Amino acid sequence: MSKVRVLVGTKKGAFILSADGKREKWDVSGPFFGGWEIYHLKGSPINPDRIYASQSSGWFGQVIQRSDDGGKTWDTPGGGIKMEPGQMPSGKSNMFVYDTSSPNGAELHTHQWYDGTQHPWEFKRVWHLEPSLTDADAVYAGVEDAALFLSTDGAKSWHELAGLRGHGTGPRWQPGAGGMCLHTIILDPRNPKRIYIAISAAGAFRTDDGGKTWKPINRGLFSQYIPDPNAEVGHCVHHVAMHKSRPNTLFMQKHWDVMRSDNAGDQWTEVSGNLPTDFGFVIDVHAHEPETIYVVPIKSDSEHFPMDGKLRVYRSRSGGNEWEALTKGLPQKDCYVNVLRDAMAVDSLDSCGIYFGTTGGQVFVSADAGDNWTPIVESLPPVLSVEVQTLS
Amino acid sequence: MIRVVLPAHLRALAHVSSEISIEVPRPVTQRSVLDALENAYPMLRGTIRDHVTQARRPFLRFFVCSEDWSHESPDTPLPEDIVSGKEPLYIVGAIAGG
Repeated sequence: MSKVRVLVGTKKGAFILSADGKREKWDVSGPFFGGWEIYHLKGSPINPDRIYASQSSGWFGQVIQRSDDGGKTWDTPGGGIKMEPGQMPSGKSNMFVYDTSSPNGAELHTHQWYDGTQHPWEFKRVWHLEPSLTDADAVYAGVEDAALFLSTDGAKSWHELAGLRGHGTGPRWQPGAGGMCLHTIILDPRNPKRIYIAISAAGAFRTDDGGKTWKPINRGLFSQYIPDPNAEVGHCVHHVAMHKSRPNTLFMQKHWDVMRSDNAGDQWTEVSGNLPTDFGFVIDVHAHEPETIYVVPIKSDSEHFPMDGKLRVYRSRSGGNEWEALTKGLPQKDCYVNVLRDAMAVDSLDSCGIYFGTTGGQVFVSADAGDNWTPIVESLPPVLSVEVQTLS
Repeated sequence: MIRVVLPAHLRALAHVSSEISIEVPRPVTQRSVLDALENAYPMLRGTIRDHVTQARRPFLRFFVCSEDWSHESPDTPLPEDIVSGKEPLYIVGAIAGG
């Protein structure tokens, strides 16, 4: 029977929630890396027992952890106690150094700071890890200050794909409230050279040559809080999602506005429709219905909680514009949590499961595509990210 | 042998439960102790000092014989009590964050 494994990153450690295909009875393991911020964990689609985790701390900086047994045990790749025969541990698995070398690197320039002045580019943490679709040893890392790194040796070492940071618009990028983070990485399942990424607050970008060169894909976005609302870059994109069967169709939750593109990001159209508020962070797509999408509307950018104290997921079965509130099993009174950008995921069981975590430490599951919800856990530390693995 | 006491999170990362004893080539300085520590426990690289600049991470402090040596030159020889192993070098996480 199929199983699911939910990988939860929180402000104070990681947790793994496991269940069979019914998704009714859950086993909770963790905390792993207790006391550390776990921005993201994600398993390889090639080898689901290989899971990468981003562990960070204001005191001790960035650490990368890897498990090769489905999360039972963890170690720092190439630098832990499991030294590989004949090899000295390198201790470079947490070494993220911007590539300024010639000819592949890019000058380490400045970006716009909150007050409009220019500020040095400085590595702070890894926000998102995206394992390759074809190689369990390959994994991408989206970092703050915004850049994209790639490891091809199982996260033992990293090198920057500097063409992105070196894009000529870099000095016009600026940090969102959470920092200038590259938080979304989407690999095109049909075209290994095509990658989409998103940065707060620069916008979305696409490469069609495996990361050498990048194109801003923000046409159609309108952000009234920036000097030029239609600018090429500067938009605060919160998250982007894609259905693997339609890699040219993208859905975006922007700071304000829910958007879609049907031409790989070349042009965006607003599909907020009848949402009660179109501010939010998460967006995801049903595993089997590429026009069924989910968001969690948040009141505003100054009040990061649901409207009226009611936690509601909204579902559109028409790819946007027409939305229905999903409330069964979710708190409908006195609920003032947030759902952060990487904290929603879908499984690929026949009856698609939807998962999301809150800053109140809840992780909810719906085993019927959003009709009914139940909490898996209710008192974790604030949830930063949720991923799910569907295991046979 | 030089004794080093790590903060709890770094002990967990290094898979050690108590203070560490390491061989350090002379002269014994903050730099040579950290070099030896990172060589023996490579998972600690980047967590105490920056990979590239080797600068101490801002929220960590080094205490030597009850004195704060965080702003001493990393190449200043450490006192005999550290060299002899009578006293450990304390690497301490700053109290911050509430």
